[in-house]
Amino acid sequence: MLSQLDKEIIRALQEGLPLVSRPFLALAEKLGIGEEELLAKVRDFVDRGVIRRFGAAVRHQDLGYVSNAMVVWQVPEERMEEVGRLMASFDEVSHCYQRPARLPDWPYNLFTVVHGQTPQDCREIAARLSRASGVANYRLLFSIAELKKSSMKYFVEK
Amino acid sequence: MTLDSLDKQLLNIIQSHLPIEPEPYKKLAETLGTTEEDILARLKRLIEKGVIRRLGAIFDSRRVGYSGTLCAMKVPAERIEEVAAVINSLPGVTHNYLRDHPYNMWFTLLVESQAKLENTLEEIKRRTGIADMLHLPALRIFKIRVNFDLGEDENA
Repeated sequence: MLSQLDKEIIRALQEGLPLVSRPFLALAEKLGIGEEELLAKVRDFVDRGVIRRFGAAVRHQDLGYVSNAMVVWQVPEERMEEVGRLMASFDEVSHCYQRPARLPDWPYNLFTVVHGQTPQDCREIAARLSRASGVANYRLLFSIAELKKSSMKYFVEK
Repeated sequence: MTLDSLDKQLLNIIQSHLPIEPEPYKKLAETLGTTEEDILARLKRLIEKGVIRRLGAIFDSRRVGYSGTLCAMKVPAERIEEVAAVINSLPGVTHNYLRDHPYNMWFTLLVESQAKLENTLEEIKRRTGIADMLHLPALRIFKIRVNFDLGEDENA
């Protein structure tokens, strides 16, 4: 469970680490706690996995990964574990999630995101994943337009 | 923007971690053989140019206590703008993409409880009049690669 202070710390941290010499001190002063207390809290959040990563979120398009596709797969339930792990092991796969199929309209129950230099690259990666896993029923969904993309803000309503 | 070699080294390091200590930028400067002022100036520029989307904590939404899901809707071509406006106005919608499939509008939703999640989905159906929606919550996460900026802090 998160305490009220935990929530206030999360709210402050999600505004970004200030660009000053002692950024934790600057945040701690706003929160009315000590710098060391805040550092200990942040380390504790990292240890508990509340903070997945303490670093920078980088817009990958700017670093040369220009194409990506969501690839959805119809995997027999009894093979889910094995296939999920196999697909997750590929470098080109950034995300690999099991989700429920919704029959009859939606038979796909494993979702991956693949990254390449071009859409054709993405198709070839998907074909390789299909050969490696033996899962033949899959589909690539390319994004046509980004309608919204924003960072999640937690605990905005006090 | 063009990135020089030091920008790239800096991005490489801070994608995986920023030092959690009193003077993190000074520590980065020492690692990269430059000054703290130079690191701060570079970070400021990378943030302004949008190369860095967020500096600091990337949260695990579940461990923060939030419930999330991925949804797909069948939206008629002539209604895309209007329906997107309704969906995007909800603060828990972090990503919304148009994709090449009959289920063409794909969005992630993150809210503070399971009850709120279900209410929000009902609200979307009511306000758009579109009931054909796939609700696809993650059952199991096999991988989230942290250095890809693709919804990593919103594991819906």
